[in-house]
Amino acid sequence: MATKSILGLYENAEYAAEASESLENAGFSKEEFDFLTDTPYPEGALGERHHSHRLYVFPFIGALLGLSTALVLTIGTQISYPLITGGKPILSIPPMVIISYEGTMLGAILFTIIGIIFESRLGPSLKSKLYDSRISEGLIGLIVDCNESKIDTAEQVLTQAGAIEIKRK
Amino acid sequence: MYEGKHLTNKRINDDLLSSLTKSSLVYWAIVGTLGLVVLAATVAVAFMINKGLGVTGLNRPVMWGFFITNFVFWIGISHAGVMLSAILRLSKAEWRRPATRAAEVLTIFSLMTAVLMPLIHSGRPWRLVYWVMFPYDFQRGIWMDIRSPLVWDPAAVNTYLTSSILFVFVALIPDIAIIRDRSSGIKKIVYSVLSLGWRGTTRQWKFQAIAGILLSALILPVFVSVHSIVSWDFGMAIAVKSWHSTIFAPYFVIGAVHSGVSGVVSVMIFMRWLFGWQNYVRHEHIDALGRLLLVIAIAWFYFLLMEFFFGIYGQEGDELATRHMQLLEPPWQWFFIVFIITAFLFPVPMWLFRRVRRNLWLMLITTISVNIGMWLERLLIIVPGLARKQVFSGTWYTYAPSAIEITIIGGTFAMVLMLFLLFAKIFPLIPLFDIKEGQVLQDKIKVGKIEVPAVIRED
Repeated sequence: MATKSILGLYENAEYAAEASESLENAGFSKEEFDFLTDTPYPEGALGERHHSHRLYVFPFIGALLGLSTALVLTIGTQISYPLITGGKPILSIPPMVIISYEGTMLGAILFTIIGIIFESRLGPSLKSKLYDSRISEGLIGLIVDCNESKIDTAEQVLTQAGAIEIKRK
Repeated sequence: MYEGKHLTNKRINDDLLSSLTKSSLVYWAIVGTLGLVVLAATVAVAFMINKGLGVTGLNRPVMWGFFITNFVFWIGISHAGVMLSAILRLSKAEWRRPATRAAEVLTIFSLMTAVLMPLIHSGRPWRLVYWVMFPYDFQRGIWMDIRSPLVWDPAAVNTYLTSSILFVFVALIPDIAIIRDRSSGIKKIVYSVLSLGWRGTTRQWKFQAIAGILLSALILPVFVSVHSIVSWDFGMAIAVKSWHSTIFAPYFVIGAVHSGVSGVVSVMIFMRWLFGWQNYVRHEHIDALGRLLLVIAIAWFYFLLMEFFFGIYGQEGDELATRHMQLLEPPWQWFFIVFIITAFLFPVPMWLFRRVRRNLWLMLITTISVNIGMWLERLLIIVPGLARKQVFSGTWYTYAPSAIEITIIGGTFAMVLMLFLLFAKIFPLIPLFDIKEGQVLQDKIKVGKIEVPAVIRED
């Protein structure tokens, strides 16, 4: 059965939190609804689901790739243009350490950014998603994604909990 | 202590996005004047490139003058941003909220300006194309020393610049979404693309919070490395007396923080005045920054003293001659007196008083004073060191900047401020969601007979 979305708009966090409780009492799981806000509320304040993630893997992968690139760059450059100075080895470690450090950090930061965008499920477009621009002015959106058969129940619960407006998609 | 009024989310949006929507005559007059100075500097650069470095005051042995002084200065200013923002985010200091973005944006523009300085100083900036796009040209049969500390600089600065831009961008996404929701036409399309489809789901907010902490933790080591590496441009040059000090790296880092945080305070007071953000940049924020500056300034002064003591302690003739030049020979002695007064003796005792820290005019004057001093500090390190006043040397020479160099340096100051103001026309300079979060977490608790403001802290 197709999944449908419905969005209820609330004037404050208390109403929205109560609405989420009503949804759970009506048999909806936490996975089926989420909140849209313009303010970061403390985790769990609205009764939202727990979000698991693997963001912490990204900096490590990035750091390893950055370090490898930096080593290839420094070793490769010194071997490609060998300049023997005072009979010392061509590969000079101290300058490589600095470049490798910067490469490692750059890789870690770039991959963290990629990780944040990926884990936040950010994409190029908003068009396909249910949204209301008044959310950025302070309204709180409670969005329910559920089976078509439950969508009318969801609307009823959201309205009873004090939604000032309901939108469907 | 929280001294702000409780404002609605709509009011916060209206106030903080006013820099994008409203354009006062004063704003455009300032931007226009700064633009003219930048234009004059661009003409000066073009003239210098056309005629050669001979139009500057640079000559053997002082081949690093105003341009490199300015490079170190702007790298220093850039240290405020991320340091302030990252440390305050990690320590969850409540008063960081209006300061973070302005500090980060100042980082980006001062770093961009800093990167320009060695390019202009090279005299032949178009040769950069050879470094980036083609193999190095062996026109004169000379291969650059890839093990030189000067190679570390671009690696460190570019890492810092890339990281800072991405750091600012990630924190901007929720605010860009608000601008998207308020705009129409082509503006809406542009902001829609930039907001990456942000809707403010609980998942997105969770990762926004993690991003702030994780990126702060990752950028802090880069921040420390950048100015350490800039100091090694000098410290690794063993032949130059007064430069190869072992404490140069921490001394430069703390000096950079001293000038950088002062720069942020100046800019915050300026934007409060220009955009009328009295409800957001409040006396309590400037007071807190003043206290932080006190600690930083005293730590920096300790390193300054140590740097001189270590130099003198060895009793080496060449080193003593350089110190003699810095402290006792005109014009350097006059610069030194101005430097020590403006960077420490004038502002620091002033900041001890709460009334001064809460007086915006005095804070503006003292923080600008610090940066005059810190600019002179870099000049006093570079030029007397390079003048190589050594015992048996008959060729030592000092340096006087030409009008071309002074125009270019003036242009860099105008450019940073102009870019900062133009940024305010496109994106908000104070993070809207951060201010709103501050209000959500703010409360009042009753202690005995009084009600005191309190802030809930999340772990």
